[in-house]
Amino acid sequence: MLRSIFTAIFLFALWYLMSGIDKTLTLVLGAGSSVFAVWIVRRMDDASNFKRLSVHLRPIEFVKYIFWVLAEIAKSNWTVIKIVLSPNMDIKQKMYKVPFSQKSDLGQAIFANTITLTPGTITVEVEGDHFLVHGLSYSLDDHAALADMDRRVSKTEGIVDL
Amino acid sequence: MSIFLEFLQVIAWICILSGGILVIIGALGSLRFPDFWSRLHAASVTDSGGVILLLLGMGIHSGFNLITFKLLLIGVFLFITGPTSSHAVANAAWVSGIKPLRKKHKKSGIDK
Amino acid sequence: MISTVPHFVFLIALLMLFIAMILVLLRLYKGPTLYDRVLSTNSFGTQTVLFIGVLGFLSGRPDFLDIALLYALINFVSTIAILKFFRYRAIGDILIKREAKK
Repeated sequence: MLRSIFTAIFLFALWYLMSGIDKTLTLVLGAGSSVFAVWIVRRMDDASNFKRLSVHLRPIEFVKYIFWVLAEIAKSNWTVIKIVLSPNMDIKQKMYKVPFSQKSDLGQAIFANTITLTPGTITVEVEGDHFLVHGLSYSLDDHAALADMDRRVSKTEGIVDL
Repeated sequence: MSIFLEFLQVIAWICILSGGILVIIGALGSLRFPDFWSRLHAASVTDSGGVILLLLGMGIHSGFNLITFKLLLIGVFLFITGPTSSHAVANAAWVSGIKPLRKKHKKSGIDK
Repeated sequence: MISTVPHFVFLIALLMLFIAMILVLLRLYKGPTLYDRVLSTNSFGTQTVLFIGVLGFLSGRPDFLDIALLYALINFVSTIAILKFFRYRAIGDILIKREAKK
């Protein structure tokens, strides 16, 4: 119940920030529509037997991680730009395996999305306990860099009860 | 104070122009690169660097109001969906059997 | 003086995005495989989102950002839908079909 109330408040805040209109009628309509949306979601909860999505993240570690990722994106962007603009594009592409140590699905998704977000590496497939990653300019240092990223993602995920 | 604001404006212009250059570089890469797997990487330059710089520049230019929030929302959304859709394209291509091109134009699979 | 410079900057950014969109469209035309085409459609959509945002700032109506947000949503869904269609040859009830095969 508490969860539904928080969801409704969050939806209403989102609605207000998107519209920015202060008239009473529109505010009441917005509040009504957010409560209605929460009601529909609760109703579908009863109809389906899906597990509820639970988020286990440490907020401060996650914010630190975002800034680290931004720096990492800048670095790898530079590498890819140099390859694009050089007259003979020296592409050394390779598929390699990257093991991951996250326990929750969310942590694994964050790790895979971060690999894809940094230019130069793309997650292609998830197989058991490792990702299949395609690298544009492959070198042996890539394994160490991705292992470092793996450690940082694992640090952001909190206690997981499976 | 006003000098500081004008300095911020100049930073915003630099961000917007360099973001535009990054988007052009990404498009150029996806035109120049020899095979599908390398084109994926060129497209991700647009998805990460170009989007960050352009949205950051527009956010600094507009000041701090509801527009900044909308820009932030677009940025977060593109940050989640960009990698997801490029992973989806890569995975579909991998399942359908398109393999990366080697330098000697041989077909190759995974090598450890 | 300084109030005309933003106009100029946004105009240049708009032209850059336009050039990039033309380059991506060339790849869409040339692309040997289906996946090249899907990839260039996806990055064309991302560039369109940025284009609409910059156009809104250029014309002094940042309300265009709502349209940009909507376009980002539609772009993601359409990419996933195209890929799903060409993988399973169906958009809807895949689970039911699979279970029926078993």
